[in-house]
Amino acid sequence: MLKKLHSQKKTQLFLGLVMGFFFGFLLQKGGVAKYDVIMGQLLLKDFTVIKIMLSAIVVGMVGIYLMKEMGMVELHPKPGSIGMTVVGGSIFGVGFALLGYCPGTISAAIGQGNLDALFGGLVGILIGSGIFAHLYPGLEKFLKIGWFGEITFPEYLKVNPWMVIIPLGILIIIFLYIVESMVL
Amino acid sequence: MDFLTLKIWSPYLVGAGIGLLSWFTFLLSNKPIGCSTAFSRTSGMIEQVITGKSVAKNPYYQKFPAVVDWEWMFVLGIIAGSLVSAMLSGDFVLRLIPSLWMARFGIAFLPRFFTALIGGIVLGIGARWAGGCTSGHGISGTMQLAVSSWIAVILFFIAGVGTAQLIYYGLGG
Repeated sequence: MLKKLHSQKKTQLFLGLVMGFFFGFLLQKGGVAKYDVIMGQLLLKDFTVIKIMLSAIVVGMVGIYLMKEMGMVELHPKPGSIGMTVVGGSIFGVGFALLGYCPGTISAAIGQGNLDALFGGLVGILIGSGIFAHLYPGLEKFLKIGWFGEITFPEYLKVNPWMVIIPLGILIIIFLYIVESMVL
Repeated sequence: MDFLTLKIWSPYLVGAGIGLLSWFTFLLSNKPIGCSTAFSRTSGMIEQVITGKSVAKNPYYQKFPAVVDWEWMFVLGIIAGSLVSAMLSGDFVLRLIPSLWMARFGIAFLPRFFTALIGGIVLGIGARWAGGCTSGHGISGTMQLAVSSWIAVILFFIAGVGTAQLIYYGLGG
């Protein structure tokens, strides 16, 4: 691992900016900075969002697990629980459809000039995040209900990661092929 | 360099590009791509300015301090990257209301503004509640094969699709 590079704070802030730039550039070129495309996905009329996410997952998982095996990177799976992931995920989904952007794509939407994203959505997300920070002390117990922690599927199934990556990759490619052939 | 001035790229190319970018965020910065924590940190910074008091006592901001970090700069980079992409292709337009919304609900700004505001509040609460958003869980967590992230992203879409159908088809035809 490039531990020395990881510990250089100013360089890391600069790298964050540069990598964010590429992410924003890709999101905009992919069309997913647009409300119409994101809502098209949630209305099941336009599958651009799913196509982008699934191809990112295939390319990302192969590279990251290869580099992990070579000792070049370490994983950072997020913790989860029923109280946290199921409840929080459902709340997020409702907000996602009302807003028509998510935290990443709203940043890209602001960059391409969408004023509903800037004056409505961005302000809302900042208020919502602040509300959660104040609810958090009272929620801590609830968030631990059904705790399963920072586990990955290969760890959970106790198998070699490639036993998950290869079948999942094939499933995703078949799914995308079906989506394409249905002209979605 | 003609491709830089195109308005739209293939979703598969864009997805592969994001996957490739993830290799570099892990390799060079030891970080997965993520966005929503930056909003939480910003919210803490704004609270400090408004109240004049430090938020450092709040247990949540002890976990995620209200400071500029890698992810905060990453989000700033997204705005810049999107701006440059849109400028290059002539896709940069100051627009109050998206056209899909306009076709369904009309040209008044306030209904769209309040829906976006309320949607943003709900989404902000949900992202912090679930511990991630469509990038942190939906892209980075899923590619690490995290159990939490696959559950989260499936629920993002189930709740999102259900709510979208209600908004567009369920409210007064």
